[in-house]
Amino acid sequence: MVEGIEEATATTSHGDGRNGAVAGPVLEGRFRKRMAGQGQEFVLEVEFRAAAGFTILFGASGAGKTTLLDCVAGLVRPDSGRIAVGERVLFDAAQGLDLAVAKRHVGYVFQSLALFPHMTVEQNVEYGLAHLSRAGRGERAAAILRTFRIEHLARHSAREISGGESQRAALARTLVTDPAVLLLDEPLAALDAPTKAKIIDDLREWNRAHRIPILYVTHSREEVFALGERVIVLDAGRIVAQGTPHEIMTAPRQETVAQLAGFENIFDATVEVVHPERGTMVCWVAGSTGPVTLETPLVRAELGSALRVGIRAGDILLATSLPQGLSARNVIAGRIASLEQRDVVVSARVNCGVEMEVHLTLAARDALQLAPGKEVWLVIKTHSCHLMQGWKDSRS
Amino acid sequence: MTIDWQAFWLTLQLAVVVSAALLVIGLPVAYWIAFSGWRWKFLVEAVVALPIVLPPTVLGFYLLVALGPRSPVGRWWIALTGHTLAFTFSGLVIGSILYSLPFAVQPFAASFAGVDRKLIAASATLGASPLRSFFRVVLPLSVPGLITGAALSFAHTMGEFGVVLMVGGNIPGVTRTVSIDIYDRVQASDYAGANATALLLLVLCFALLGLVYGLNRRPWAVGPAK
Repeated sequence: MVEGIEEATATTSHGDGRNGAVAGPVLEGRFRKRMAGQGQEFVLEVEFRAAAGFTILFGASGAGKTTLLDCVAGLVRPDSGRIAVGERVLFDAAQGLDLAVAKRHVGYVFQSLALFPHMTVEQNVEYGLAHLSRAGRGERAAAILRTFRIEHLARHSAREISGGESQRAALARTLVTDPAVLLLDEPLAALDAPTKAKIIDDLREWNRAHRIPILYVTHSREEVFALGERVIVLDAGRIVAQGTPHEIMTAPRQETVAQLAGFENIFDATVEVVHPERGTMVCWVAGSTGPVTLETPLVRAELGSALRVGIRAGDILLATSLPQGLSARNVIAGRIASLEQRDVVVSARVNCGVEMEVHLTLAARDALQLAPGKEVWLVIKTHSCHLMQGWKDSRS
Repeated sequence: MTIDWQAFWLTLQLAVVVSAALLVIGLPVAYWIAFSGWRWKFLVEAVVALPIVLPPTVLGFYLLVALGPRSPVGRWWIALTGHTLAFTFSGLVIGSILYSLPFAVQPFAASFAGVDRKLIAASATLGASPLRSFFRVVLPLSVPGLITGAALSFAHTMGEFGVVLMVGGNIPGVTRTVSIDIYDRVQASDYAGANATALLLLVLCFALLGLVYGLNRRPWAVGPAK
């Protein structure tokens, strides 16, 4: 154990350490934790590997993301299982091994950041460097503050800096300790997009030099695509999908993943006609004024079987007159029920037997003079209809 | 009409020693109360709070028994020093510490419990031992509670009567405190002397508390002062 502890401090900038490979150590976890909540118990049971680089932990709130991080950091003790970074074991229930939080070398940036309010930014950053000399601490702190472009705030109290600056300070305070693993619990959630993008760039830059496993919790799809080399999707304490962001987000098999992946429209559907020669099928979606038919890609499903169809709001076209000569196979008449502007996107709810959410640009709204009550046609490509596991199975 | 300055001096000494001792003893007790997950913790909390509700004579009586030559503690003390704890300044200090314990521990524990747990967790993930986390994070953020606890135990000791009478008796220069002096004067129908002494004690305590509460704008504050 003791020799392993040295590794984290020894592995500094060009992080291939004693493994010799550029890959760096892998975080491996396989554990179970039962939590007694308010009258309801929650079980987190996971098995994962996180190589050097960003691994995104994605899931709804309450899925167990923070508990997972707490277990890796040692703030929560799992009931059983094992957690290791490379050959260094952090926790092993079978051996009765539970390394103290302070000895794990696991960097953790909390959602609330938890900067020490009674210290300056510099004192915060130097906090984790108690083992160094005064001069050594000052040097390291100055370097990391420069990397995160907050050197001018060194003498400011942690209480009086802005949100984005606090985020940078919290990251700097953790990264300056050269952790063997980095846990980030939505550290950028409260930031505006440009600030977030800049911090993500700095973080990527830092990680190019250090190559350690980073578990990054987020709700945001943009962050998943911007950062993720790998994604782990958690739902109700279990890992329901793992893979590259592209694999997971474009072909979700489970509805939880689908909702997370941003399918604003999810409908129960029944297979009505199968066209194996064309590679398509026709599905019926129950609507208020009779079924709505949708042509979808062919999947292995029997006639009459129950499926779910997911359609992204951004994949639907909207026309003010019946469009002609289109390759898209689904053209559905409807009426605008409501229009709502969110940032630079207009979200239209269109009633076409079922209610569909459609995302448009501001320019499109103005050019088409869209308003509630206007008659429109929705255009949906066959391959924009993503089929998922049937609703009958998932409800049983 | 004369004021017994010796009694004042003794009372002041007692209050300073007791509040200093309570800072040392009260911190670990308060830390344990604030952070322990032990299921029977409430019993300890109740014991610590007992002096608030018990008549000082009850506390004083048990102390007298416990410190007397028939108890193991009393015998050990006699073997160590050659005299009993009862009716000495040391005995008075021990009694006063117990008597004022809740006035120190409760504000301390409330401040500790008010420190954001995430800050303590962050300290640990940055490699700090629990002791370092306590001195660098918990304690600095609990300063208002520490001041309140120290001020309350100081003032409470200044004005204590029953425990002193039971444990200390009335030995001038050893255990005769201001409150006992006032009581004596009233018994002897020296109302002018009692009045002067009482007024002086009142002004002194008011000045002290005013100073502390004024410096510590949120005297009952828990958690970090903004």
